[in-house]
Amino acid sequence: MKARVTVTLKSGVLDPQGKAIEGALRSLGVEGVASVRQGKVFDVELAAADRAGAEATLKAACEKLLANVIVENYRIEVA
Amino acid sequence: MRAAVVVFPGSNREGDVARALKLATGRPPDMVWHAERDLPAGVDLVVLPGGFSYGDYLRCGAIAARAHAMDAVRAHAARGGYVLGICNGFQILCEGGLLPGVLMRNRDLRFVSKMQRIRVERADTAFTRAYAKGQAIEVAIAHGEGNYEVDDETMARLEGEGRVAFRYCDAAGAVTEAANPNGSTAGIAGIYSERLNVLGLMPHPENLVDPLVGGTDGRGLFDSLARAA
Repeated sequence: MKARVTVTLKSGVLDPQGKAIEGALRSLGVEGVASVRQGKVFDVELAAADRAGAEATLKAACEKLLANVIVENYRIEVA
Repeated sequence: MRAAVVVFPGSNREGDVARALKLATGRPPDMVWHAERDLPAGVDLVVLPGGFSYGDYLRCGAIAARAHAMDAVRAHAARGGYVLGICNGFQILCEGGLLPGVLMRNRDLRFVSKMQRIRVERADTAFTRAYAKGQAIEVAIAHGEGNYEVDDETMARLEGEGRVAFRYCDAAGAVTEAANPNGSTAGIAGIYSERLNVLGLMPHPENLVDPLVGGTDGRGLFDSLARAA
């Protein structure tokens, strides 16, 4: 079973990397970009055969390691 | 005082801190590989050194914070043992839940490597007795992720409980925006745990223990610890 985990900074947390990318886009002449927030994507293959088991595993993975829940949110999508 | 230094893949200041500890305590610390499940018997102080554990993969200190040795460090801290995390070690302590908050990318995105004044916020802890309260000591900083962030409620608790150990300051000891090298909340350079037995700080006092390299302001921290146990 395949899944994708997306980790993003919580709103309100300063994201200097996103800001720098935003500035670079502007200097490249890419118009109409209001703001950029940078995050991470994890593509995970799971041994679990059922959806609930996969989601439980990924939730544990996010809480224990993939996200720092003080400043980051995570989203789990099981294919 | 018996000290142990935990070494992770990518640590690179373990030699510096071992030297500082030997100078202050008269004996070299035990070096403990991160995969160990136990600390050497009779250890009073555990140090997490600076460096780039696991290449800063995922988040600074995130993977090191989950190493086996960290369970032993957590147990040591819970028993009231001393723990010192310097730079990457501070990041590991935050990631591992031994200290609150998180160290984010420096405000202006640059890696800063320079000499920096920090103000000793209190001189009545095991880490700072050799200093005077309000003293502006000069130490080295070298980090890309030293911007300390914490929620408002925890921040109020840190201030209220006197858990801010050091703040970035100017030569006169004034904590100003201009003296803040990385955008840290309230100019925080280091914080204590609730029981004041765990200290995490971004600067490198271990690199200022020998007049040969331009200063000895870092010695006070190790001298304080040597006297503490």
